[in-house]
Amino acid sequence: MAKSIDVSDLDIYYGDFLAVQGVNMTIRARAVTAFIGPSGCGKSTFLRSLNRMHEVIPGARVEGKVLVDGQSLYEPGVDPVAVRRQIGMVFQRPNPFPTMSIYDNVLAGNRLNSKKLKKSAADDIVEKSLKGANLWNEVKDRLGKPGMGLSGGQQQRLCIARAIAVEPQVLLMDEPCSALDPISTAAIEDLIHDLKSQYTIVIVTHNMQQAARVSDDTGFFNLKGAGQPGHLVEFNPTEKVFANPDNDSTEAYISGRFG
Amino acid sequence: MTTLEKNPTPTESDLLPLTGPRLPTYAPALVAVAALALGGVLWLVLGSSVALSAFVAAVVFVVALPSWSRAVEGSRSAVDRLVAALVWVALLFAFVPLVSLLWTLLDKGLPALSPEFFTFSMRSVFGDAQGGIYHALVGTVLITLAATLISVPIGIFTAIYLVEYGAGNRVAKTITFLVDVMTGIPSIVAGLFAYALFVLFFGPGVRMGFGGAVALSILMIPVVVRSTEEMLKLVPDELREAAYALGVPKWRTITKVVLPTSMSGIVTGVTLAIARVIGETAPLLIIAGKTDSVNFNLFDERMATLPVFIYYSYTQPGIPAAPGYERAWGAALVLIAIVMILNVLARLIGKAFAPKTGR
Ligand SMILES: Nc1ncnc2c1ncn2[C@@H]1O[C@H](COP(=O)(O)OP(=O)(O)OP(=O)(O)O)[C@@H](O)[C@H]1O
Ligand SMILES: [Mg+2]
Repeated sequence: MAKSIDVSDLDIYYGDFLAVQGVNMTIRARAVTAFIGPSGCGKSTFLRSLNRMHEVIPGARVEGKVLVDGQSLYEPGVDPVAVRRQIGMVFQRPNPFPTMSIYDNVLAGNRLNSKKLKKSAADDIVEKSLKGANLWNEVKDRLGKPGMGLSGGQQQRLCIARAIAVEPQVLLMDEPCSALDPISTAAIEDLIHDLKSQYTIVIVTHNMQQAARVSDDTGFFNLKGAGQPGHLVEFNPTEKVFANPDNDSTEAYISGRFG
Repeated sequence: MTTLEKNPTPTESDLLPLTGPRLPTYAPALVAVAALALGGVLWLVLGSSVALSAFVAAVVFVVALPSWSRAVEGSRSAVDRLVAALVWVALLFAFVPLVSLLWTLLDKGLPALSPEFFTFSMRSVFGDAQGGIYHALVGTVLITLAATLISVPIGIFTAIYLVEYGAGNRVAKTITFLVDVMTGIPSIVAGLFAYALFVLFFGPGVRMGFGGAVALSILMIPVVVRSTEEMLKLVPDELREAAYALGVPKWRTITKVVLPTSMSGIVTGVTLAIARVIGETAPLLIIAGKTDSVNFNLFDERMATLPVFIYYSYTQPGIPAAPGYERAWGAALVLIAIVMILNVLARLIGKAFAPKTGR
């Protein structure tokens, strides 16, 4: 049950600082949407506003509408915890739970919500999720060891496994491959391809080739100038964005002639 | 081999000056021994006081080592040696009172220790009859335990509010200020407060162990709040966000992610807070009072404690005075031993709870 996301006139603030302004877009269900743009233009900020993670930061707030399958995320009655259970997230920096083993890290979403699981079902989830994140072969002999004992790239794949273990309907990924080698990156991209049939996936990346390879739609964010809020410059099917973008600055950014 | 011959041998000026004259590695030790020997001569042969001899030895060390270094190594190394020498001397002087205290305690306290010392109370003990600290041990353990049971939940919940919920709002700032004020409350004032409080309920002249526990927890709560707060702040926000992103509610994130991650530090902080209050005398003198008999009931009658026992054994040793003094030193030794054991325990527990990173 994948879900589409409609964003209209979204302004995102950190206290008084307007970080992202006036975003309108429709993220299709069962498709991969990529966000590209220069550092600091608000890609992470926008991504975090899609599952109400933004408001976790003190003073941070959002104005505008985000509709997930027609349901507004920012209505007063909406429970952010319920939202996040359906819209999972992988962060820019790997953040496994230091007190937990690899096995428990994968099951964290289930365990922390005290879902009762039979041992065999739990084993299945762990194996499936770790295989999905291309980590199974490296850790299958030491599932009981601490998750912090893995390398940075392995930790990131552990976090991806942890996010897909709860089978969210939308998966938000903030530069999931920035710490990975080409082989793991390829595995994650394959994973994204597989997940696409069931989930809605949104990915932030600094890697143009990756955006071109994995995504169906691409959004280009940019800053009008230093200290100005970030905004969405162009949102189009990926082929169009990379072949003949509507906007000159998009073309300049993609072809590397930027600034 | 022609290429080699073409290479001119590097002259002295071509080489980077990576090496220079250095003092031998044993130089500081040598100077220290010489300085100490000088001090020893002053003390033993010329008969000056210990303090003066030690001072002279320290000054000689601090002056001689940098001078020698300056002559051989140059001024930058000399400054380095000077600072290092000062640090070492300061460390030594800081150790003097500690070592001397432990030495005195062991010297005077050890003879008092015997199985009876731990199992007898002071009930009907006159003259040099065998008496013990059993009643005071029981009182100290019970009162400290009660104080811990009161302070740990209050302290930890307060810290959780300050870090997880308050996050710099006005209530949190006010609480932080009040906690800071509480840290500075003199222990005698805490005792008077507990006494005044219990007089309200039980009338004047009230004495009970629980009152002592309340007084001690007033001293303990700010310490627990402060240490727990620091530990919770050390937990990276990324972990909280990771839990939120999995759809975990806030309270579960706190109990299952934040607290376990910081558990080792919190346990260490609590243990050190216990060690801090276990030797408090003044408040217990006021509200727990003094008795010679064993009392297991925190809520009735006077209750002896080790610090109060020490105080009375030394100020009113009885006739003859020697056994009383000896018991005071023995009890002091036991008290210090308990504090040390608590400190070691804090380290062990801290290690046991620390997040593992190994493979
Ligand atoms: N916690 C915060 N508090 C205040 N301002 C913030 C916070 N996080 C980000 N910002 C600001 O919001 C703007 C957008 O930041 P954001 O992290 O969304 O950029 P980004 O596009 O993800 O950059 P990158 O590609 O480097 O990850 C920046 O100007 C940044 O300084
Ligand atoms: Mg970012």
